[in-house]
Parts: sequence; C-alpha cells; structure tokens
Amino acid sequence: MKKRFRPGEFLIERSIQGVAFISLLFICLIFVFVFREAVPLFTGKADVVTAHEEVGAAETYGEDASAPLPQAQQELEQKHVPFRAAALTAKDWQPVSLEPKYGLWPLLVGSLKVTFIALLLAGPIGIFAALYTSTFAPKWAREGMKPVIEILAGFPSVVVGFFALVVLASILQNLFGFQYRLNAFTGGVAMALAVVPIVYTVSEDALAAVPKALTEASLALGATRWETALFIVLPAATPGIFAAMILGFGRAFGETMIVLMATGNAALLTPSLTDPVRTLSATIGAEMAEVVFGDIHYRVLFFIGALLFIISFSLNAIAEFFVRHRLMKRFKGA
Amino acid sequence: MNEPTKISKLTVRNLNLHYGSKHALHDVGLDMGANRVTALIGPSGCGKSTFLRTLNRMNDLIENVRISGEIKVDGQDIYADGIDTVDLRKRVGMIFQKSNPFPKSIYENVAYGPRIHGLKDKAEMDALVEKSLRRAALWDEVKDELQKSAFSLSGGQQQRLCIARALAVGPEVLLMDEPASALDPIATAKIEELIYELKERYTIVIVTHNMQQAARVSDDTAFFYMGRLVEFDATEKIFTSPKNKQTEDYITGRFG
Repeated sequence: MKKRFRPGEFLIERSIQGVAFISLLFICLIFVFVFREAVPLFTGKADVVTAHEEVGAAETYGEDASAPLPQAQQELEQKHVPFRAAALTAKDWQPVSLEPKYGLWPLLVGSLKVTFIALLLAGPIGIFAALYTSTFAPKWAREGMKPVIEILAGFPSVVVGFFALVVLASILQNLFGFQYRLNAFTGGVAMALAVVPIVYTVSEDALAAVPKALTEASLALGATRWETALFIVLPAATPGIFAAMILGFGRAFGETMIVLMATGNAALLTPSLTDPVRTLSATIGAEMAEVVFGDIHYRVLFFIGALLFIISFSLNAIAEFFVRHRLMKRFKGA
Repeated sequence: MNEPTKISKLTVRNLNLHYGSKHALHDVGLDMGANRVTALIGPSGCGKSTFLRTLNRMNDLIENVRISGEIKVDGQDIYADGIDTVDLRKRVGMIFQKSNPFPKSIYENVAYGPRIHGLKDKAEMDALVEKSLRRAALWDEVKDELQKSAFSLSGGQQQRLCIARALAVGPEVLLMDEPASALDPIATAKIEELIYELKERYTIVIVTHNMQQAARVSDDTAFFYMGRLVEFDATEKIFTSPKNKQTEDYITGRFG
C-alpha cells in the first residue's frame, strides 16, 4: 500500500489550480494597471509627459514635423501648468479646451442621479416581484418567472440602450414633456430595466431562504398570506434585500452602454433630474478612444476607472457581508 | 375514572385525504372531547400529522391535496363554503415540532397575533402578553427581558414561547405536533406539565412518537396505522387492554 505518485493526476490538479489562480491574477493585474496609470496625477509627474513629446512624426499626417506649431497648439504648450489633484474637485468637466478642466463633480452627480432614479424604480419592482414569486405564486409561475427574469440580467446592455435611445426616450418625452429628449430620467428608466433582474434575483434568494416554519407559524396564528409576507417574510429577509439594493446600485453605477446612449452625455451640474447628464462610466466610454496616450486627460480617465473599481469592489464586499453574516445569523438565531 | 361527561369539541367523519394519487387518510372518524387531551400515536408516515393539520386547514397550503368528509368544530363544518381560514386558525391554534419563534423580541412574538387581528391599545397588549406568557409558564423566566431576541431563549423556553404566542390569539383548541420531540427530558417534563394545566381551558390534540408521553398527558388516545384509524379509546384502555392486535404490538414496541 505504498503511496504512489500518479503523474496524470498531479498534472490535472496543478493545471486546474493554475487556471483558478490565473483568473485571480487577471483581476489583480487590471487593478494594478488601472491604478498605475492614475497614480502620476498625485505624484506630480503627470505633466512631464506632454502631448507634444508623445506624438511621433508618423502622426503629423504629412505635415512637416519641424514646422512651427499651429497657433492653438502653441498656446496649449505655453499654458501647460503642472496638474494639481485639487483640480479634480472643480465644478466643470471640460477636458478638451484651451484651459482644460477636470472637475469630477458633474460626472459623479450625473452617475448618482441616474443610479438614484434606476434604484427608485427597480427597487420596489424587483422586491415585490420577488415577494410574489417566493410567497404567493403557484409553482408553475415561480418556475417560469425566475429563469425568464434571470435571463433578462444577461441581456446585452447595448440593446437596452438602443431601445431607450430610439423608443423609450420619445415615449417619456411625450408623456412628461421633457425639454431634452435624452436626460437623467430617461437614462434612469432604461437603467432600471437592467437593474430589476439583479434586485429580483438576490431578493428572491433571500426571501426563499426564510424558513418555511416561520411562514407556517404566522399562518397558524390566523394571519393572511399578505400579512405573513409583509410582517414576517420581508423583515426576516431584510439583510438580503439590502444586499440586493447594494448590488443593484453597483450595477447601475458601473453600467456604461445604457447611460452612454440614453442620458444625453452633457456634463452639467444641475439639481434637476430631467436635465441631460454624463456619468463617470460613460465618460470613460466616450473619451478614452480620443485621448492622447499618457497625458493628463488620459490619466484622469484612469483615475475615474480606479474610482469605479473601488466603489464596485466595496459595494460587493458590503453586500457579501450582509448576505453571509447578517442573513444567516438571523435564521440560525445566533 | 376517565369517563367524564364527554362533550365533543371536534368531530371528524369519513375523512379521506389524497396527496396527488397517494391516499393518505382512509375514512377516519374521531370525536375529540372538549377540555380533554387527545393523543395521536402511530409509526412514522401513518398519517397522524396529516390528520392533525386537517383540523386547522394547514394542508390547504400544500398543492394537490384533496380532502373529503366532514370536520366540525362545535358543530360547524370547517370545510364548508364561506369558512374563513383566518377565523378558523384563530380558534384552532397550532404548536409545531420544532420551535419556530419569529426573529423578533419575546414581546413581539406574543404580540404579533393579537396585533394582526387588530389590537392596538398598548396597555391591553401588555396585559395580554403577560397573561399569555403566564399561561405558558414562561412569565417568571422572561419578565425582565421581554425586549430580548426570542433566540436568546433555550429550546424549551422557545417552545413555551410558541405556546404563549398561540394562546395570545385566544384559541379554543390547541393542536400540537410532537411539541417536545426536540427537547431534553427536563424541558419535556415542563411542556407536559403545561399541557396538563392548559386542558382546563383548552381542548388539546397532540401528536407524539413517545408512548410514555401519550400515556402521561392524554385522556384519550387514537392509534393510526397506514392512514387508517385503528383504535380509539380512553388512554388507560389503549395502554392496558387494547382491543386490536396491531395496537398492542405497537404499544409494546414490537414495531414502530
């Protein structure tokens, strides 16, 4: 019964292990890369690499590289001032201009506006739909609805965005008489379509995990099904529903395609929910392809990326905590 | 000595129950006396819990259940048209095998039933909570920690809390589905003592796997086997001189 070395087994074990670590490694590398590109903003080295230095002769499109710079670019060069991190807290986002402004406030507020509207709509819809399938629906309805809604979660967001851009925006404008066809509200409504499945799925899991014994106890006391759902099942599942809202928030905050297509993309800092807005994510989506490699604008976009990364990472961590610890504790009564 | 004036509280006649194609209860007929404890015994799967759950229509919640026959509470057919299960379950309360307090405070557990049935007055509620906890023999142990989570109680205390919760809605009948099977002997003894006290005010039907328990707490015993009621008589008679061979074999532990 001597322990034998099995090369095939060893090889398979190691390669599976390797694959598992590679996916982890990818995430770490993305993380490192995004942050590395953003860090020079804060170390004061961002202004060393100027646009002029980076642009090679091949990109002069036939003009003589040694010829004097056009007027505008010359001014740009002269006005080149060292970047200060405080510039990020300005109130304007005008990255492409003679005096570039990199204020992130309008973008942040834009993201929050759209997210807020999306959650306001998707939250109740998702939670009540989950309550219906978990406690009221007959078996066939539950078995039909859950997969269908979950498939909706995998719906390409560009399709949702297109639908919002072409159909939804006109309907909403006719309905509410918006001044601008594409605005934060329209974007929020479209986003709700993408957020409902997440809120629904996670809430459904939490509600379905509420022990049947609690439901029976309530019904045996003469409570109606509705009273049982509202006063017993829903409160018992609160941590899970909270997690669902957080995950929904994360999805809405990071979603790019829908907001890019449906919000109008004007970086305005206004209190109105019916003005066009631009979100953090849409800014990266719209501008990254146009930006000069290595300049301030490029690094600010990476900083936004890092910001989104941190936000979604912490939201997921919080949601995980609520589901794992709070919800289970509640049922086990620890 | 156990032949008092029997007033039937629950009357069951020709009860048949099907789960889909499975015939789970065959022609059961049984009278459960008011202010008496009726024990339902029998091996696992014999239909005793199913029978218990027909008495407050908890089987309604399961899909594909068909019930025929007659069950009357105080002469009123509970499966008749126009019977509200909410009213029925207020009159016929239920205690489950595993204690299942709500994830709320001790006070809120007891107050839940009366509150959904419309009791709002705080002083009245306080009094009712105290009365219910006293009747469930739990008041002295929890009176200083009513706002604590129900889960902070021991298993036996949780089960008595569930009894208090059921008492708070003012039932006439208590159905108990193996209420002590998950408890240690001391907690079990407390529950049994409580059952003895409760029968003064309530009619009790208890499912149990424990022969000794049935002998200790009940006035009448019904023996179920394979979905049929095999024998029903005063507990003494069932345990000392059963008429049926199957009953005798089960009670003496030859199968079960």
